[in-house]
Amino acid sequence: MSGAVREVNESLAREFGLTAEEYGRVLSIMGRTPSLTELGVFSVMWSEHCSYKSSRKWLRTLPTTAPWVIHGPGENAGVVDIGQGLAAIFKMESHNHPSFIEPYQGAATGVGGILRDVFTMGARPVANLNALRFGHPLSPRTREIVDGVVRGIGGYGNCVGVPTVGGEVNFHPAYDGNPLVNAMTVGVARQDRIFLSAAAGIGNPVVYVGSKTGRDGIHGATMSSAEFDEHALSKRPTVQVGDPFVEKLLIEACLELMATDAIVAIQDMGAAGLTSSSVEMAGKGGVGIDLDLDAVPQREPGMTAYEMMLSESQERMLMVLKPERTDVARAIFEKWELDFAIIGTLTDTGHIVVRHKGQVEADIPLDPLADQAPVYDRPRAELTAPQPLGEIYDPIGLEESLLRLVGTPDLASRAWIWNQYDSTVGGQTVKRPGGADAAIVRVEDTQLGLALTTDCTPRYCYASPARGGAQAVAEAWRNITATGAQPLAVTDNLNFGNPEKPEIMAQFVAAIEGMGEACRALDFPVVSGNVSLYNETKQPDGNAIAILPTPAIGGLGVLEDVSRSVGLAMPQSGTLLLIGETKGHLGQSIWLREVLGRETGEAPEVDLAAEKRNGDFVRSQILAGNVAACHDVADGGILIAVAEMVMAGSSGCRLDVPESGMRPEAYWFGEDQARYLLAVEGDGAACAEAAGKAGVPVRVLASIGGDSLVLPSGATLSVARLRTENEAFFPKLMARQ
Amino acid sequence: MKAGIVVFPGTNRERDMAIALRSVTGVAPVMLWHRETSLPDLDLIVLPGGFSYGDYLRCGAMAAHSPLMREVRDFASAGGHILGVCNGFQILTETGILPGALLRNAGLRFLSQDCHLRVEQADSPFTRHWKKGDVFRAPLAHGDGNYVADVATLDRLEGDGRIAFRYAGSGGVVDAGDAILNPNGSQRAIAGILSENGRVCGMMPHPEDLVDPLMGGVDGRPLFEGLMEALVR
Repeated sequence: MSGAVREVNESLAREFGLTAEEYGRVLSIMGRTPSLTELGVFSVMWSEHCSYKSSRKWLRTLPTTAPWVIHGPGENAGVVDIGQGLAAIFKMESHNHPSFIEPYQGAATGVGGILRDVFTMGARPVANLNALRFGHPLSPRTREIVDGVVRGIGGYGNCVGVPTVGGEVNFHPAYDGNPLVNAMTVGVARQDRIFLSAAAGIGNPVVYVGSKTGRDGIHGATMSSAEFDEHALSKRPTVQVGDPFVEKLLIEACLELMATDAIVAIQDMGAAGLTSSSVEMAGKGGVGIDLDLDAVPQREPGMTAYEMMLSESQERMLMVLKPERTDVARAIFEKWELDFAIIGTLTDTGHIVVRHKGQVEADIPLDPLADQAPVYDRPRAELTAPQPLGEIYDPIGLEESLLRLVGTPDLASRAWIWNQYDSTVGGQTVKRPGGADAAIVRVEDTQLGLALTTDCTPRYCYASPARGGAQAVAEAWRNITATGAQPLAVTDNLNFGNPEKPEIMAQFVAAIEGMGEACRALDFPVVSGNVSLYNETKQPDGNAIAILPTPAIGGLGVLEDVSRSVGLAMPQSGTLLLIGETKGHLGQSIWLREVLGRETGEAPEVDLAAEKRNGDFVRSQILAGNVAACHDVADGGILIAVAEMVMAGSSGCRLDVPESGMRPEAYWFGEDQARYLLAVEGDGAACAEAAGKAGVPVRVLASIGGDSLVLPSGATLSVARLRTENEAFFPKLMARQ
Repeated sequence: MKAGIVVFPGTNRERDMAIALRSVTGVAPVMLWHRETSLPDLDLIVLPGGFSYGDYLRCGAMAAHSPLMREVRDFASAGGHILGVCNGFQILTETGILPGALLRNAGLRFLSQDCHLRVEQADSPFTRHWKKGDVFRAPLAHGDGNYVADVATLDRLEGDGRIAFRYAGSGGVVDAGDAILNPNGSQRAIAGILSENGRVCGMMPHPEDLVDPLMGGVDGRPLFEGLMEALVR
């Protein structure tokens, strides 16, 4: 649309994603027909992506405070106290729609965007994680999307020199036309050097740094606020292109500048670029802002005000500086060979005024732009109960089930992926991907350790959104606990379908209720997050297919002494204890899906009191030095958890015959929550006794040793055999043409 | 031992290297910005890993033309000691200080995993704390580590004992044709080489990331301990 004069009217507003009612509101705020640039500003600021108009009412119900929370939601990322005057700063964000259209760049720029959210607050990024959902492995584009997304995450993260230390991957046909790419970054800063985004100081210069502005990503935020149709792939021009080299320079330059006292406020230019950064910074500070677009560094000639305000070119930041410090700042950015331009000033008008080539292209009052942004309490349907579990029988037996499950897409080794991510750069990675239930990264120059994980079980969320939401939080808490760390807080990435459909809205609200309940019970508040709606794909017949509800949780915990952390590799000898109660819950289990071919039954119950009691016990045992290895029992149940410990180490174990009074497949593959496996020295009696005293269910599960997993039947599976089954999936998938 | 680490735009393992040098030698190295035009008094220059200039054009190609690299070249000519790891190795080949080149990994994917290295030449400041035939573990993290050179050069390296390390199995088996044992497809499974005078070493894997038991082992320490012993004045 470059150069073309478009008449601004309701029809154009609809094209930009605004409803007739929302456009009416624009007209009443402006008191006139807005200019094209003004309409562009309203449409992106009021897009679902930027305004959270369908979700805000419900997000407010989540617990966001604790004594260790320094900044909760509302800043670029969440900030928690990790001791010694240091803070961890972290957030997770989605880049789903772009990753379907252009997997490599979509995923790469997802990593870039979340990195900027973290270092813009003054933190050096120390770890990246991700949560990925792909379509069925045999679906036509899955292979290409997996390949592109993994290359994109690696290509960006490896180059900026931030280790990618963890993540999760699921496959399900519900993601065929809409994969999920959720990227999380964790950084560390001094508590007295945290930078916020509220602009202040009338007359202070507004400074643009980083890459030049081009015509890429225009209306990206609007694109990601609508469902896909069959023409989705034609939206490639809305996907941005990342340059991790420039991002690396930007990190170093910003951190160098942040060591001075030049910065008043800073924010990255993410979704909706210059528009959202300038509007939000001025809005939060209660000031006005004048921008002169002629000063904006531009990649190509002839860009219009509309294009510059809506461009989502990557690797750009907006800052308000102390006027007497601009020369110091300029010298730093010149050293790093980055653009530096004063593009505006703060004013007392309360308006954003955009000038270009001598014309005022936009003049919008900021308060109504924020205050009158639409908020919807969208209608909700009754949730439907999942299909009944149905008859349980075991057609293949334990041994065959185990071999099938360890090779299944959701449980197969992720080494093919991890081996493309640099997980050691920085020299602080204590537990690499697959080494423990949560990744462990030491905080440089201290003995502090951060425990990091991403978790969600979408099939539970689909069966019961409330239980699924609670389970995602509980599993993140459990994974952190299983390393010995104290869980502190979460970031959430809520991926759902079209909120205008009552059944989707019902899923969303129930999942948040479940999450909130778990966060409260476990003292695990939400400090940052992101909502991604409209994750649906319209089929040629007009019906849209929604993804499974996927409230991905990124959890962060801390260890005072990182050397106390434990991994999951089975030691050479000792006893394996099972902590927590086993009821044999097979509803929505992986075994049920892979062996009986059904996704039926209720999601497992989440008993938060039991979670807390069992987890606190496990953590205390680890910190007391009584535990050689620990692994939570999750997807696939006890037997899979045991097999995972065996494959992570090189020694086996001999399983006891349980006197459980339940079907063997229910006992070994049931997915009851709040359970852990502990490898302890000797016969485990001391630990078992301590568990008894703490009211924690415990039983001896196996004696550790040998090089095989010996089943209760006496059947023997060598470590090598298990690994062969476990490692086959990804190479086979990628070799397929 | 006075060590300096050269930092280019896009270098990202300078901190790992500084931690390793500090933890072994007890002295923090100095950081040298690529635009500087003179060197301080140094016993060792390190070219660390990363993506100098984003790996654009060719890995290490643009860094090879930075102002400070002129000084580094003179330092090498004057018999100075230089360690180039990963991107640093690529830069050393791009400047011609070391022969050969590093191409895309044979599997065409970035590789981040532990590998095992067999020490081929123990008579150098970089390898003196090992014995010939020793095997140690080191993380590798690169997309372009596939070492190539013409046959005459390979034969000369071999004949002059200038191959420092080869990729191997944990038991020391070397097989250049095996994609597991020789993960990036390097000719003759070469992982690291020495200059003619033995004072410049280029290698792809990262000994600096394995100097602390907490990070999974101390297999990389002998390299730094050997250097310290050789270069202490």
